[in-house]
Amino acid sequence: MADFDAIIVGSGCAGPIAAYELAKAGKTVLVVERGNFAGAKNMTGGRIYAHSIKKVFPNFEKEAPVERRITRERISLMAPDSNFTFDFTSNQMGVEGQDSYSVLRGPFDQWLASKAEEAGAEYIYGIGVQQLVKDESGKVCGIRAEDDEITAEVTILCDGVNSVLAHQAVDFSQLSTSQVAVGIKQVFALPADVITNRVLAASDTEGTSWLFAGDATKGLFGGGFMYTNRNSISLGIVAGIEAVASGIYPISQMMEDFKAHPDIAALIKGGEMVEHSGHMVPEGGLNSMPPLVGDGVMLAGDSAMMCVNLGYVVRGMDYAIAAGQMAGQAAVRAIDKGDTSVTGLQCYVDMLKDSFVLKDFEKFSNAPTFMGGFNRMFAAYPTMIGNIMNGMFVIDGQPICHVRDIVKTEMKEIGVFNLLKDARGALKAL
Amino acid sequence: MSVISSNVNIDKYLSLNKYDVDNNHPHIVLTSDPDDEEFDKLVRVCPAALYKRRDNGLKSFDYSGCLECGTCRVVCGDTILEKWEYPRSGMGVEYRYG
Repeated sequence: MADFDAIIVGSGCAGPIAAYELAKAGKTVLVVERGNFAGAKNMTGGRIYAHSIKKVFPNFEKEAPVERRITRERISLMAPDSNFTFDFTSNQMGVEGQDSYSVLRGPFDQWLASKAEEAGAEYIYGIGVQQLVKDESGKVCGIRAEDDEITAEVTILCDGVNSVLAHQAVDFSQLSTSQVAVGIKQVFALPADVITNRVLAASDTEGTSWLFAGDATKGLFGGGFMYTNRNSISLGIVAGIEAVASGIYPISQMMEDFKAHPDIAALIKGGEMVEHSGHMVPEGGLNSMPPLVGDGVMLAGDSAMMCVNLGYVVRGMDYAIAAGQMAGQAAVRAIDKGDTSVTGLQCYVDMLKDSFVLKDFEKFSNAPTFMGGFNRMFAAYPTMIGNIMNGMFVIDGQPICHVRDIVKTEMKEIGVFNLLKDARGALKAL
Repeated sequence: MSVISSNVNIDKYLSLNKYDVDNNHPHIVLTSDPDDEEFDKLVRVCPAALYKRRDNGLKSFDYSGCLECGTCRVVCGDTILEKWEYPRSGMGVEYRYG
């Protein structure tokens, strides 16, 4: 007889939702979190799309410590000396079920964990899991945490992108530098009304998401991001690890220079920096995913590489929540049937395949390769658009040019063939 | 020796974070004579800039400001890192915002 029906490693987004589903179904469940509280080790950009968590907690946006509802999307092509921005608002973004919120993972993950605990899940904090325990057949049957061995019918790994357990659980080799990005985030405290005014929000409960391609990462694969919280601004950059490792600039220097760009400097002016954090981001998509089930074990969230970056949209938490819910439900089903082998747990993968989770990853399986090789998006295009805009808006008394001539000159610089190739590639992959 | 220039006052930034450092028990250990090229990759990728080159090229690394992201593990886990573990018993960085 195992100590628990299920053990969950990690209390981020996927973990507590899986625990909640199991506890709600009357199963005994233990969550082991290496931080002293849920969220202590976690970081996001970040914004969560509400649709999947609302399936678990219908009143999510009223109950959870969300920061601001995101009602303005901005995307910029940033050149060293200019910045071209798309700015989009829509009533559609505020509609229930289509809404999204900026969050800070310290408070947010504690709320998620409290929901699992209220449902009956047991928690241990401040203990890291170094090893999975396997029976003689090789089936995962629990964990070793510091000196204790605890057994379970099912173990669910929700331990994040830098999992030290995934390769013990399933056939999964060390992550490669092309499959992950590294991110830095700094949080700047500012009065709520100052933030509201700076991003043209209607009230202190609404805010902006802002992504930057180009000079934010010195022309490398990646980008900058900004999310407005209630009383702070989350600002950061994410860059492909392979590109940074073989590049010129340290990522910490990229962040420093990003903050000095006039558009960013104005945004955080007078803000007091209160935290400097770092994290990896899965970028490899479907082709980098480990097997999602093994004998006695399942993977959900970042540990299963469940992040999507399409350049204009970055998602992870909503996939992790959905996967956590399905992992919890699949575990309940497998335990009830008395089969927690890889075959018994296969229903988890089937549920993911039937849902938006694996449908999205399958649809965008070519996006990571395309984005990683889309070098002109991060250097040549921001400069091109900056030059075109300068040609249109900078008036110095010289005879002016037709817009078509300005554009033609700039397009020639890059090459019409290259432009067509990129447009075709983007249409195919995105 | 390559020179990687930086004007970032990283110590000031890291001092804003909350840490419970596991003194005398480093969770990341470099090999005794790490390869220059591999080390410089870590100088560039570490978001806490813990891998440093002094003006004379001397290498230094201090695990106490670690953000536990694992980037160095991905880049150099097979080369110049002798050990990469998470800090023990809830120690290390503790994000209040995250």
